Amino acid sequence: MINLNAGSPRVPLAEQWSSYKAGCKLVNPNNKRKLDIIVVGTGLAGASAAATLGQLGYNVKSFCYQDTPRRAHSIAAQGGINAAKNYQNDGDNIFRLFYDTIKGGDYRARESNVYRLASISPDIIDLCVAQGVPFAREYGGLLANRSFGGTQVSRTFYARGQTGQQLLIGAYSALSRQIAEGTVRLYNRRDVLDIVVIDGKARGIIARNLVTGEIERHSAHAVVLASGGYGNVFYLSTNAMGSNVTPAWSAYKKGALFANPCFTQIHPTCIPVHGEFQSKLTLMSESLRNDGRIWVPAEKADAEKLRKREITPEQVHESKRDYYLERRYPAFGNLVPRDVASRAAKERCDAGYGVGSTGLAVYLDFGDAIKRLGVEAISARYGNLFQMYEQITADNPYKTPMMIYPAVHYTMGGLWVDYELMTNVPGLFAIGECNFSDHGANRLGASALMQGLADGYFVLPYTISGYLSNEIHTPQIQTTLPEFHTAVREVGDRLAKLKNTGGKQSVDHFHKQLGKIMWEYCGMSRNEAGLQTAIGLISDLKEEFASDVRIPGGLKEYNPELEKAWRVQDFIELGDLMVRDALQRKESCGGHFREEYQTSDGEALRNDDGFSFVGAWEYKGGSAPELHKEELRFEAVKPSQRSYK
Amino acid sequence: MIFTLKIWRQKNASDNGGLVTYKVDDISPDSSFFEMLDSLNQQLIARGEDPVAFDHDCREGICGTCSLYINGRPHGPLKGTTTCQLHMRSFRNGETIFVEPWRCGAFPVVKDLIVDRSAFDRIIQAGGYVSVNSGGIPDANTLPVPKPAADAAFDAAACIGCGACVASCPNASAMLFVAAKVSHLALLPQGRVEAERRVQNMVATMDSLGFGGCSNTYACEAECPKEITIANIARMNREFLAAKLFAEKEKQVSFSL
Ligand SMILES: Cc1cc2nc3c(=O)[nH]c(=O)nc-3n(C[C@H](O)[C@H](O)[C@H](O)COP(=O)(O)OP(=O)(O)OC[C@H]3O[C@@H](n4cnc5c(N)ncnc54)[C@H](O)[C@@H]3O)c2cc1C
Ligand code: SF4
Ligand code: FES
Repeated sequence: MINLNAGSPRVPLAEQWSSYKAGCKLVNPNNKRKLDIIVVGTGLAGASAAATLGQLGYNVKSFCYQDTPRRAHSIAAQGGINAAKNYQNDGDNIFRLFYDTIKGGDYRARESNVYRLASISPDIIDLCVAQGVPFAREYGGLLANRSFGGTQVSRTFYARGQTGQQLLIGAYSALSRQIAEGTVRLYNRRDVLDIVVIDGKARGIIARNLVTGEIERHSAHAVVLASGGYGNVFYLSTNAMGSNVTPAWSAYKKGALFANPCFTQIHPTCIPVHGEFQSKLTLMSESLRNDGRIWVPAEKADAEKLRKREITPEQVHESKRDYYLERRYPAFGNLVPRDVASRAAKERCDAGYGVGSTGLAVYLDFGDAIKRLGVEAISARYGNLFQMYEQITADNPYKTPMMIYPAVHYTMGGLWVDYELMTNVPGLFAIGECNFSDHGANRLGASALMQGLADGYFVLPYTISGYLSNEIHTPQIQTTLPEFHTAVREVGDRLAKLKNTGGKQSVDHFHKQLGKIMWEYCGMSRNEAGLQTAIGLISDLKEEFASDVRIPGGLKEYNPELEKAWRVQDFIELGDLMVRDALQRKESCGGHFREEYQTSDGEALRNDDGFSFVGAWEYKGGSAPELHKEELRFEAVKPSQRSYK
Repeated sequence: MIFTLKIWRQKNASDNGGLVTYKVDDISPDSSFFEMLDSLNQQLIARGEDPVAFDHDCREGICGTCSLYINGRPHGPLKGTTTCQLHMRSFRNGETIFVEPWRCGAFPVVKDLIVDRSAFDRIIQAGGYVSVNSGGIPDANTLPVPKPAADAAFDAAACIGCGACVASCPNASAMLFVAAKVSHLALLPQGRVEAERRVQNMVATMDSLGFGGCSNTYACEAECPKEITIANIARMNREFLAAKLFAEKEKQVSFSL
């Protein structure tokens, strides 16, 4: 049994981070220059980490699969970033943000990490503003805030509907400055395919140059993964097309534990699926729920007619509409947390009340808001979102209600890390969405951007120095070491095998199949029988892929199908682990809803006695993975049933 | 819907390349332009041919990865729209559609429809940032910024670095891209401190990378998917002149010392 010790400082919660920093070992400037660090990923987490480590004087190598760091998936975040600044004087503080995050995560996150995150949050805003991030401002020139995701305070900072873009441009510009100064070297259009472990420590990576197909070796004294989330395991998600689990999965196969893989977040307000050809899903910002009312017809007959387009939604009389969130959750109404809103939509559609051509959609109606506030006010608030919606669907939301349905959006699970954000493999760190650490079983809106930047700008630069201070006598790692040879050979063999399969089906064919299995059996709600079925289906799919995939083009050239094939093969294996984790967790919590564990009125039933732990999986080669548990201890907050009624 | 596609195929940077004709049918008007290309690629794979390589990632108009001349226009026919946000209902059934990569010396073709835009990264590296480190920063609200300035800075910062401005310009000038970054930072007090140095270094780097000069055709503004305005170019020109004057004054000061 691996001993999962987070290593949080043994002092009261509020003093932990300052006490850690006070005792943390440092590396002197002359030595920093001699230490190499690889950072995989240039999203908010990776770019902020690489830039900061470069400023400190380390020798940094930064990797991304896109043509430039500025295109990382973080760019797509819309709504905002949380920080406990209390600029609005509405009673916010660090403890409250900490408490909201722990509670929102349904008491499945580690207190010490979350408290540190909350306490660092104000510094992020200071830094971003200094970098020139054009956050929204009031007429007085000070920063504006909004309330987001149903919190009782306004602590969300935003830059119109493009907060992720503006924050990433800030981090990218800081990174660019370090590239110009020569402390960071950029490797773009590289696919990181393996982690090299030597004498138990992470010492490098194997990357494929996506343009030339060349297999490259890169060594370092420490490796940081910031490769994002794995939502694309569902094929359709709001993630970028290229988002993948590969770097994290190769770490898992090299001994790093993968924690809580079944914790995925399904976002309630996305544009519904409209056809087999669909390649991705588009999020409509959560802020729409501030004014839009969600409903389905109260009578099945009406739903049927709406699906066949025999009537329009306007023709359904007010008395025959079911505003089901307002009905079930009078206290929070349309503003219940994401997991609750998503499940409620599924429940109505499964019961036969869904609308749209597929029956898998509900209405988000602005009719009342427009009556109350006028078209102009609504357009000022949501104009760009309405426009985007119309562009995609050809429907005008000023005239007819939007149609929405939940979609995969974010993954809370990821590589297990300790208080220092290090995995159980020494020298291998994981930051941002690719680790599991801060959001428990459900993430609150506007908290992923906060976590990515906290990890990269403020946490990792300290904690990595503790590790590297013991490495100052280690000379540069040679890429001629046998471990590098072996890794290169293994990567080359797997690529050749994929290429030479000579089957009949495209990679996308398998990816779509996997997505359907995951969505059906390991999506918004799960049960024992379904999960068992999924294990069999995934195992069949894995075999079929290995014998029947077809990859055109060559190994030594730009070959997008080959890239996808590697990623999908990893996703299939990950799918299996997610299902096992969902089976193991015999309770409902956050985004993980097991049908067997619900209250009589259909709410999630958590089991704190049995499952108040982080489930971290160890790779065991050919045999089944082994589960390790990190017990969660709640000292500052007392777990209670979440209630939004 | 059915379409005839004339697509630029080029194996790699040194290959000559040329247009190849394909036909696609059974395309839903609701599918996006890239979903149409996906379906072509599925056909090609089934036939054992090499699929068409094109750049894309977010498919929602924000990452700036996508490009393409569609019937000769960067990002296709719609205003303020990236290629990935185009839907097939914007085309006529049976239409012949020409699809080509950006063409300009500073963006060489990598394969088929993919070009190398790393010249943009180098321009940013020349000064597209505020030189602050991740620590020791004063509280964000110590320096109020007038809302109109913050809003204007945001408008300029909305650039997605796609390169359509260069692709649309008869001189392949990168002025709109550079001006957007210079303006974003020049409009904010945080960016003013280094404004003179920034504009000079970024313009010099742009010139050295083989982009052409600006002759005020305004094609860039018309084709920019984020509707970055040429007012930014005027602002950059002012900044550039002021920076030159400033540099001369500095010289005089040091002489008189
Ligand atoms: C549509 C949308 C809206 C969102 N809105 C919000 C919001 O309003 N507020 C909020 O807090 N959160 C939001 N989120 C969540 C948030 O955007 C992400 O969780 C966060 O940006 C992840 O950042 P990251 O740095 O961990 O990873 P990413 O930004 O995903 O970056 C991953 C990096 O890793 C690199 N990489 C990946 N695989 C490889 C590989 N194999 N080889 C080499 N490099 C690789 C990529 O090139 C990239 O640079 C949103 C998410 C989505 C999808
Ligand atoms: S200015 Fe417009 S066209 Fe040019 S790179 Fe930026 S977004 Fe693209
Ligand atoms: S693919 Fe991201 S902007 Fe088009």
